[in-house]
Amino acid sequence: MSEGTISAVVGDASEAGPGGTRALLEVSDLRVRFARGDREVQAVKGLSYSLNAGRTLAIIGESGSGKTASARAIMGLLPRTAEASGSVRFEGKEFLGLSDKQMRAHRGPDVAMVFQDPARSLNPTMRVGPQIAEAIRAHDQLSSKQARDRVVELLTRVRLSAPERRFDEYPHQLSGGMRQRVMIAIALACSPKLLIADEATTALDVTTQAQIMNLIRDLKRDLGMAVIMISHDLSLAASYADEIIVMYAGQAVERASTRDLFARVRMPYTEALLDAVPRLDRPPHQELSLVSGRPPDLSVELGGCSFAPRCPAVRDDCRAAAPAFEEHDPGHWWACWHPTGEGT
Amino acid sequence: MPEVLPAAGGRETNGQGPNLLEVRNLTQTFTVRGRGGVKGGEVQAVTDVSFDVRKGETLGVVGETGSGKSTLVQSVLQAPPPRSGSVVFQGVELVGTPRRELLPLRRHLQMIFQDPYNSVDPKWRVSQIVEEPLLAAKAGGRAERRARVDELLDLVGLDPRQHGPRRARELSGGQCQRVAIARALALNPAMIIADEAVSSLDVLVQAQVLNLFEHLRREFGLSYLFVAHDLALVKQVSDRVAVMYLGRFCEVGPAESIYREPMHHYTRALLDAIPRPDPEGDGPQTGETISGEPPSPIDPPSGCRFRTRCPRAEERCATETPELRPAGPDGAHLVACHFPVLGAAGEPGAGEQDGSGGV
Repeated sequence: MSEGTISAVVGDASEAGPGGTRALLEVSDLRVRFARGDREVQAVKGLSYSLNAGRTLAIIGESGSGKTASARAIMGLLPRTAEASGSVRFEGKEFLGLSDKQMRAHRGPDVAMVFQDPARSLNPTMRVGPQIAEAIRAHDQLSSKQARDRVVELLTRVRLSAPERRFDEYPHQLSGGMRQRVMIAIALACSPKLLIADEATTALDVTTQAQIMNLIRDLKRDLGMAVIMISHDLSLAASYADEIIVMYAGQAVERASTRDLFARVRMPYTEALLDAVPRLDRPPHQELSLVSGRPPDLSVELGGCSFAPRCPAVRDDCRAAAPAFEEHDPGHWWACWHPTGEGT
Repeated sequence: MPEVLPAAGGRETNGQGPNLLEVRNLTQTFTVRGRGGVKGGEVQAVTDVSFDVRKGETLGVVGETGSGKSTLVQSVLQAPPPRSGSVVFQGVELVGTPRRELLPLRRHLQMIFQDPYNSVDPKWRVSQIVEEPLLAAKAGGRAERRARVDELLDLVGLDPRQHGPRRARELSGGQCQRVAIARALALNPAMIIADEAVSSLDVLVQAQVLNLFEHLRREFGLSYLFVAHDLALVKQVSDRVAVMYLGRFCEVGPAESIYREPMHHYTRALLDAIPRPDPEGDGPQTGETISGEPPSPIDPPSGCRFRTRCPRAEERCATETPELRPAGPDGAHLVACHFPVLGAAGEPGAGEQDGSGGV
C-alpha cells in the first residue's frame, strides 16, 4: 500500500513494507538476564525486530531459546530475578524501564498476552464472567450491567457456545479449548493493538488448535491487531504467520517472510528443526535426521557460533567467531558462515 | 506361562508374526457421583473396542482429549481392569486374572508415560531407577545387574558413567524420558505401551527418541501400542493406525492408507486440521475444521458417536450404530461409517476428496 495516504494506524496487512508506515512495535538489541544463584543466565542476547499493525510474527524455538523471555520483556512481566535492557518501543514509546504501575496502563489496551496453560491462568474459585469483567473494569468505568453485556459480547466474539450461561460457570466446568477462548476474551477485553500468544494452542487438540488459531486469525483481520505467536511448531507458524523469527540460545538465527523461509531455508538449525518433525507426507518408519547434543549453557560465554557444537555443517571458522545476524538477501536475515544451499 | 523369547532378534518381522495382543469387545465405564454421592451417570470411556497387535508390529492409536485412548491403555494393563471384554497377551487372558499372577506377565508388557518427571522418583539416581525392575524381578546378581544397567543406558544414548550417578531431577526432559525407556526395556519386554511418550519433548529430542523406538523395533522385534494425539507422530512409528473418537474406534487400517485415503469423516477432519509445513501461496493454509466441542461421554450420541459433528450425518446414523467393516480393496482398512468418504478407495479419480477445503 502506498505510504503517506492517511497517517494510518493500521498498516497494510498484505505487504511487508520495510520502510513503510512506522512500526507498531520496535524491539532493538533486547537483552534479558536472569540471576540464578551466583550465575547469570543470558536468556535473550540482543534480539531486534519490528512489527507493523495487522501483521503476524511467529517466534520459533525450543525450550530455553529465549522466545518466551523476550515476549515477557515486552509485557513487563519478567520475574524479579530478571533484568531487561535494550529497547522496546511501542508506537514510539519506550516500554523498558517503566514502573509496574505505568506498565499496567499499557497492558490491555496496547498489548495483551495469552498463555499456554489456560487452567493455570484462570482463577479456579471465580466464575468466568466476573474474571473477564475485572479485566474490562480495570481500564473502563462501567456499571456491572454494562460490564456483563460487554463480557457476553466478548464471549460471543471468541465463539464460545451459550455465552450467557458460561458467564456464571467456573473454569473447571469448561474444556481446555473453551478455557483458552475465555483467556482470549480476557486478552481482547480492552481491544489490544498487539496480541502475544505464547504457545497458546500447544496444550490443545489439533481440531481445537485449528479452531483457536482460525479465531485469532479472524480477530486479527477484523480488529486490525498485530499478533506475535510464540511456538515450537514451525508448521503451525507456516500456516498462520506472515513472518518468522527462529531463535536459538537467546539469539535470532534466521528471519524471513514465511514464504521466503520455506522456499529457501538458510540456517542449518532451522533445517534441523524442519527435518526432525514427523511429517504426514513421509512413509512410516523412516529414520528422522538428527542433530545430537543439547542447547548450550546460557550462563557461559561462547566463542563462535552457538549452534556450532551441534551443527552438521560445522567448519573450523564457526568455532572461532560468531557470525553476525544480517540481512543477506532482501528480507531474509540469518546468522551463519556457511548457510545451507539447497532450496526448491 | 508360554515360552517367549522377547529379545531374540526378530528382524523386520513388521507385523508378519503371530498375535501378541488380542483385545476383544473391551468396554470400560466409570460412575460419576453428583452432590452427596448420588449416582450422576456413567462415563462411557471405552466402548466395544477390538484389535490385535502382532509380534514386531506397531499399532498407533490416535485420538483427541477425552477420546478414551488413555483409558484404553489402562484397561489393557488391567489398571484398573475393564468392565467387560477380553485382553489376551501372549496367549494368556488378563481380564479376571488375580493381581499376583499378572506380575510375571507385566515383565513382558511395559509402559512409558507422557511425563517422565512424574514417572521416576526425582531423588533417585539414574542407575537405581533402571536397576529397580531387575531387582524386583530378582534378575541376576549385583554385577550382572550393573552390567545390564550400563548396557541399557548406552542403548538409549546416555553415558553410564556420566549420567548413571546423576539424580533424576538433574536431567533434562529428554534425558529423563530416555531413563524411563531404559527402565521399561530392562526386562526385555515383548511389547511397549507408550501413552503420549514423546509429546512433551522438544522436536530435536523427540526425533532422537522416535529413532530409538524405531531402532529397538528393528533390532529386537519389539511391538508397540503407541498412543498419541499427533497424527504425523503416530504415522511415523506405526504399521497400522486406529482412530478413536469418544470411546470407539472409527477407523483402523495400514498407516499409509489411513492418511492417504481417510474413509471416516472424523479422520478426514483431523487430517484437515493439521497445519501444513509448506505454504505455497499467500497467507494461512488451513481449511476450516469441524466445529464445536466433542459431546460428553456420560451421555454419548446414539448410533454413530460422531454424527452430531459430522457433515454427512443422516437419520440412519442416529438409529443404527455403524460396525467396523472392511472397506477398500485389500480388506485391511476398516471403517465404522454408514456413509464413508468416497473417492479415493472406492472410485479412484472420482474424488470429492481433495481440493475442497471445508468439511
